Amino acid sequence: MQKVDLCEDCAKHKGVNDPTGFSLADLLLGLGAGQEIAQSAGGAEIKCPNCGFTQADFKKSGRLGCAECYVTFSEGLEGLLKTMHKGTRHVGKVPQALQESRDLNEKLKSLQKKLDKAVAEEDFEQAVAVRDEIKTTKDKLQELKT
Amino acid sequence: MKSIHEFLTNPAETTRREGPHNRIVMSSRVRLARNLKGFAFPGWAKKPERIRALEAIRPAVEGLPQMADSFSETMDNLTALEKTLLVERHLISREHAAKNVGSGLVVNHEESLCVMINEEDHLRMQALRPGLQLKQAWSALDAVDSKLEKKLDYAFNPTLGYLTACPTNLGTGIRVSAMLHLPGLVLAEQINQIIQAVNKLGLAVRGLHGEGTEALGNVFQVSNQMTLGENEADIVERLNKVLSQLIEHEENARAMLLDKKPKVVFNHIGRAYGILANAHSISSKETMNLLSLMRLGVDLNMFPEVNRALIDELFIITQPAHLQKQFSEKLGAEERDILRADMLRQRLRHVHRPSIEQAREAGLKMDKSKEP
Repeated sequence: MQKVDLCEDCAKHKGVNDPTGFSLADLLLGLGAGQEIAQSAGGAEIKCPNCGFTQADFKKSGRLGCAECYVTFSEGLEGLLKTMHKGTRHVGKVPQALQESRDLNEKLKSLQKKLDKAVAEEDFEQAVAVRDEIKTTKDKLQELKT
Repeated sequence: MKSIHEFLTNPAETTRREGPHNRIVMSSRVRLARNLKGFAFPGWAKKPERIRALEAIRPAVEGLPQMADSFSETMDNLTALEKTLLVERHLISREHAAKNVGSGLVVNHEESLCVMINEEDHLRMQALRPGLQLKQAWSALDAVDSKLEKKLDYAFNPTLGYLTACPTNLGTGIRVSAMLHLPGLVLAEQINQIIQAVNKLGLAVRGLHGEGTEALGNVFQVSNQMTLGENEADIVERLNKVLSQLIEHEENARAMLLDKKPKVVFNHIGRAYGILANAHSISSKETMNLLSLMRLGVDLNMFPEVNRALIDELFIITQPAHLQKQFSEKLGAEERDILRADMLRQRLRHVHRPSIEQAREAGLKMDKSKEP
């Protein structure tokens, strides 16, 4: 580590206090990430069809262009995410509407199984009850989507 | 409408707020990064798109019950001085201070909730609490986020979680951090070892203003780095554990210093007091470093009549923008140094010289009550 004492003018000149200048960590990270993506692309330039962001842009800033970029650059990003994070799959908060529709879809699946079983066993009373439940679950799911 | 410095609470009041372990943990913060579906990230979006995103987000944030008494403004309507003031209060990042048209800010009156719009991500919301209160900060922010997700369509992917401009924030988009005052570990020359150990646990240690900044005034920020593959509660819990260890290490370092090198400690604190109470010109950086030593002196009971809040208040109001805002004419750095020294002499005029006897007693007490 090297310590440097600068006067206010020199600091300005060197851009030490420039809030727009990005930090060294960002720079290094960006470069590493950019290389990773370039390698996976086999030299061909990938461009996000949604926002026009390229791997060269990523190399420059270490930031992506839009949410779709995660799909566009997914191959190159995977290795990067592995080194950066604890895992490569999200665990944690999910927007409530999404969580609810997930839960309802799960419920639908198990109800369908129950229905099949009831029909196979010729338990028609049960089958009618399950069919009604499937209908209300589907209605709820539809409600969420609108 | 009120200007931002009329709106913000006086530091004399904010610094008096108490929190658990606030002798060492100055504040706790939780930040969430969120983006809108269908909009390019702010760093890549063109101006009109950024403005559209801002116009979608701002009313949703202003409409939060938690923001009933809030200040809301676009960054182009804030002066450079006002922006620096917000940075010095730790309400916005230095990156956000550099933004203009198409970016905005909403902050509540208690300064416990602050939302940056179109910083690196469309939304950077943060909850702040005094002392060690990470869980409280997280649950407060979680509630805000749950309210906002009903009004805003977030960019979310079931596998990758919340999508962020920088892959380092992907997943939960959470950054849990605490600001720690660690003069004992610095004086005992153990700080580098501690930083390395904390880094090995996957946590980052940064300076006063976050990424790439110096640890002025022996103030360090400790935060999680990984955001994908671990849930929010676990991240908060992991940081909590590390922080309670850091608190213990800092207390141990202080006790050890008082026991083994009392003269070194008293010399540092005595000189800090001497300069702060008598200087006629002093830079912001020197002020912070010396105030840190005085704060240690207060913790060691060497200034019985001084409340820690006074030192914390001086820590804020002697910074360049806070100093500048008290004077109408534009000050140069040299003039600021003189006015800063005037203010310090004035505010410390009734403070007596540090008392050694009290510190010895405090040291003994600390040893006995070292168990957490």
